[in-house]
Order: sequence, then structure tokens, then C-alpha cells
Amino acid sequence: MKEILAAIWSYRHFIVSSIRNDLRSRFARSKLGALWMVLQPLAQVAIYALVLSRIMAAKLPGIDNRYAYVIYLMAGMIAWSLFAEVVTRSLTVFVDSGNLMKKMAFPRVCLPIVIGGSSLVNNLLLLATSIGVFLLIGHPPTMAMLWLPLLIGINLAFGLGLGLILGVLNVFVRDVAQVMTVVLQLLFWLTPVVYMPTIIPERLRAILEFNPMMHMVVAFQSVMLYGRAPGLNGMIVMALASAVLLLLALFLFRRAAPEMVDVL
Amino acid sequence: MNEPLLAVRELGKAFREYRSEWQRFAGWFGFKVSTKSESWVLRDISFSVANGESIGIVGQNGAGKSTLLKLITGTLKGTTGRVTVNGRIAAILELGMGFSPDLSGRENVYHSAGLMGFSRQAIDEVIDDIEAFAEIAGYFDEPARMYSTGMQMRVAFSVATAFRPEILIVDEALSVGDAYFQHKCFKRIREFREQGTSLLIVSHDAGAVQSLCDRAILLDSGRLLKDGDPAAVMDLYNALIADRENSSIQVADHVSGREQTVSGTGEASVEEIALYNAMGEPVEFVDVGQPVTLRIRVVARNDIPRLVLGYMIRDRLGQPVFGTNTHHTKQVLENVAAGTKVDYRIDFPMNFGQGDYSISTALVSTDTHLVNNYEWRDLALVFKVANMSRMEFVGTAWVPPTIEASRS
Repeated sequence: MKEILAAIWSYRHFIVSSIRNDLRSRFARSKLGALWMVLQPLAQVAIYALVLSRIMAAKLPGIDNRYAYVIYLMAGMIAWSLFAEVVTRSLTVFVDSGNLMKKMAFPRVCLPIVIGGSSLVNNLLLLATSIGVFLLIGHPPTMAMLWLPLLIGINLAFGLGLGLILGVLNVFVRDVAQVMTVVLQLLFWLTPVVYMPTIIPERLRAILEFNPMMHMVVAFQSVMLYGRAPGLNGMIVMALASAVLLLLALFLFRRAAPEMVDVL
Repeated sequence: MNEPLLAVRELGKAFREYRSEWQRFAGWFGFKVSTKSESWVLRDISFSVANGESIGIVGQNGAGKSTLLKLITGTLKGTTGRVTVNGRIAAILELGMGFSPDLSGRENVYHSAGLMGFSRQAIDEVIDDIEAFAEIAGYFDEPARMYSTGMQMRVAFSVATAFRPEILIVDEALSVGDAYFQHKCFKRIREFREQGTSLLIVSHDAGAVQSLCDRAILLDSGRLLKDGDPAAVMDLYNALIADRENSSIQVADHVSGREQTVSGTGEASVEEIALYNAMGEPVEFVDVGQPVTLRIRVVARNDIPRLVLGYMIRDRLGQPVFGTNTHHTKQVLENVAAGTKVDYRIDFPMNFGQGDYSISTALVSTDTHLVNNYEWRDLALVFKVANMSRMEFVGTAWVPPTIEASRS
């Protein structure tokens, strides 16, 4: 553990420059550049809002804002997009960097950290834009938003832990990545991002409780839309789950590291 | 500090296959699992490199050279044994790894030096040297996608060698663009060596190994076959790549204190070899420019369809000075019956500089010993050349000049 931290520290420059390169190269030579980072999720929100606002708006009692559904959507989207980005990219990080790992000796832990860092920057940009949009539509930020750093931290840790475990397995069994793209889509619809849990029949709602991302998304919604503190139980469970996942990921990673390059 | 710079102890590498990947995963959690197959690409490799010592690594394709280098640099982990390194290793094998086409040369330099573990400040100090060494002028601040392969190599080499490492791994066949830059690169490598960097050179070229290395290591099928003097190792390597069928290789101590390698099928062999002066007396000590006769008696032990004799005169370090064969002189003997003795008489002036020389002989069927190698004999004969009657000169060749000097 200590040596991992030491390795990360001595490669901090590489990590920072990788994150910067990662963000830059994704939008290099596109006219709007970094704007695309927020335009894409915003466009998605706009589409859902356009299609579903009539049906959904009525289901948000207690909010006196005609754009309530948009705020609801954006809060969920911020939570989901970080999770989904981190998981999808961690899933294939070792396979994608196979060539580099085969030829250069550097601490492999840097790779997931770069992913976490660049996804986080991405997510913070989206968050800042959303807050801007909220101001425009008359929904100023509240003190509850101070919970956000903690929520984002847990969300990132959860995504990284899960993504890394799957990413390590994916090096040896490439089906993992294929299966996960489908699973992630399913999970998205099992998470109340575009709909409210209240529209689900009572007896099926219990199933949603087993989806850890539901607790995450609900916490974001309560902080950003309702201006309330997130449900403590859900957050404690999520934090513990993230810690366990991260430790398991680290353990797997250390065990697998010597064999990983052999099969890449 | 008596720790060697690099110590490799009983290093082995096996690639394992499992019946199912689930068994591999179970193995990580401490369950005992049997592997379906194990293929060992390296086994029991032990050697060490002292500070400033340069080592050549030779071996045929698939002998395990690259795997060994990867284990030394740390990209692969050994299955058995260990590698200890007391210093920084730089490898110029894979130049341009991690270069991003959308970044400028300068940014790529920062990025790839970061990949080698250097901080921004450290790179700030050498960035001007890197830019100057690469000599790509204005392109240094253009995106790398606009670079030619040669330009990219220039930048990559400049970064890889921006800081002097304790160990530098070089592939001798390294191609870094045009001849001008290639020379510049090897000049820098030699400078590093003079400053105390140990080189690990992978090469097939006997000349490079003998001129750059203090020692050489021969790998064959994943094992360390020989670790010793470059000339002796290259002789054995040379014998190894010859036609292998029914072939034997013997290495014996030669009277000169070096090791003599004799290899081949033994279908023909050199029975006698001697050097004579113009008076027909055998000599071991020859004056520069003196006419001599090399006599070689070959005996055929089997019927041989085509017999070619080759000989090569080599200097003290084993570098060839002159060599040819009867294929090139169009004196091939066809259908030589078993038991036949063939006498070769080779007349030439000893136009060599002072020093110790040796002669290697080859009995083959074509112009290479890689097809049918009846016998290859290193150090078949050793002799000395002394300058007793000519003006003073240096070098291995005697090229008597006529010099005119006129004042104007």
C-alpha cells in the first residue's frame, strides 16, 4: 500500500499530464473543443425533457418550478454520467493500454487514476454548467449543495472500484466488457434518472432498493432539487461498499499485475 | 559498495495456460490450481553486470533475448528468480511509445519523460538540450502528427537519452532515421559509456559486440549457454547458427589462452594448416609486407558433392581483417570422394599492421556456412605480424603511400 502511494507520488507529473492530454486529445481539432464535454450530456437532458416532461412533471409534488423535471433529470444525470464513464473506461483501460504496458515500465496504478481524474474534471464541468442552468431557470443553489463534494467522492470511488475489478477480469476474459455494456444500459433504466421511483408499482419498488446506483442518484436529487441532506443510511452503505470494492480491486490488481502483461 | 549494478539470479519465465480463466482467478485467492500447460521461455539465467561494464546479448530469434530485456526493465515479472537493479535503466528499444499525435513535440517530450518518471522541473532543465539534439527546428512546436517517422524518432531518442542512465539498453539494429542522426546517436551512446553507463546491447553483429562490449552472453532456447569474452561468445554463436543437422560443436582451450570453437558435421576437416615464408620455411612471426604462403591440407571423410574452402584472418579482437573462399575465386571442387586429401596453397603479401592475428577456416558447400557446414574451425592458426623493415604506421592495414609535399 505504501509503495503504491510512493509510486503515485513520484509519477504525479505523468498523471497530471496524462489527464490533461486525455481531455485535450478527446476534443483536439473539433471546433467547439471542451464545450462538447458538457454539450453531450446537456443534449441528452434536453431530449428526455422534451419527450417526457409532460408525463413526468406532474409526478414531482412539492416543487414550485415549471422546470422541476429538468432539474431532476440533470441531478440524476450528473451522478449517472460519472459512474458510467468511470466504469466503461476502467473496464477496457488495461486492454487499451496493452501496448504501452508491454513496452514501458511504469506503475500501472497510474492508469486508473488518470481515468478517475479525467472523468472527475469532466463531471465537475458538467456540474458547473448545470448550476448555471439552474440559475437561469430560477433555482438558486442551496446549502445542501455542500454535500456534493462528498457525494461525488463516493460516486467516483464506487465507479472506480467496480470498474477496476471488471477491468482486471476483462484482461483475461474479454467477454466481460461486452456483457457490461448491456448490463450498464439495463442498470440505467433500473435507476430513477429519467423517471421517479413513485411511478413504479409498490411491490416492484423493492427491487430498485438493491440497485446501489439508485441510492446515489436519489442522494444527488435530494441535494440538488429538494435542497435536503441525502439519506444517511444509503450514503453510509454506499461509502462502505465503495471502500470494500476499492480494496478488493487493489488486491485483485496486485495479484493480476504480474500475469497481465503476459496475456495482453 | 560491492553490490553489482545489475544482478540476475536464477531468473525464469513461464507463460502459463489454465484450463479455464476461472482457475487463474481462483489462484489469486490462494487456491491451488493446476495449469494446463507451461511454456518456459527463459530458465535459470544468472549473471551480473558491474558498474560501467558493457554486455552484449546474442542469440537467435526466439532465444529469449527480448523476454530477458523485458524482465530487466520490469515490464514483465519473472516466474522464478529475481532481478536486482541499483540504478536507473533506460531502454532505446521502443522509441516513441506514448507519443500522442495531437500534441506538439515539446508536449510529447514532457509527457513521455513523465512516463519515465521525471518531474516537470527536471525536464525544464534539459528541454533546450533535447530540442537542440533532435534538430527538427520549427517542427518541435508542431503537432506530432505532422512529423515524418524519422523526425519522431529524433525526438523520441532525444528524450530517451536526455538523462544519463546507469544502464542503457540498446538494440544494435536500432534505426533512428538517416545516417547522420544514426551517427549522432551512437556518439551519444559511446559518450554515456565513457561516463560510466553500462550498456546492454542486443545484436547479431559480431563487430558491434566485440567493439562495444566487455563481455557477451549467449542465449539459446531460453538458457544461458555462455557468458564470457565477446570474441569467444561470438565464435560459439557463429557455430550455433550453422547447419545443425549431425553437427557437433566443441569448445576447447587454445594454446593462445583463448577458447577455440570447432563445429560442423565433420564430413571434411582441416588436417594441417601452416604459414610459410618465401624460402618455404614455416613461420609464426611475419614482417609487414612479406610474401607468405598459407598451406591448408583438407581431408574428406565422406563423399562430398561440393567442397569450398573459406578462410578468414582476424585481428586480436576477432574482427575480420580479410577473408574469402574458393566459391568466390571459382575454384569449387566437385564430387570429392571419401579419403581424398586436398592441398590448398594460398599466396599473399602480409600487408597487415603489427599485432596478433588468427585464421578461421571453413569447409562448406556454398559461400556460406549456414547451409552445409562440414567444419568451421576458429583459431585454426595464430601468428604475429611485426614491423621490422617498414616505416612506422598504425592500423591493421599496410597501404604504403607515396607522399608529395610541396611548398608554395
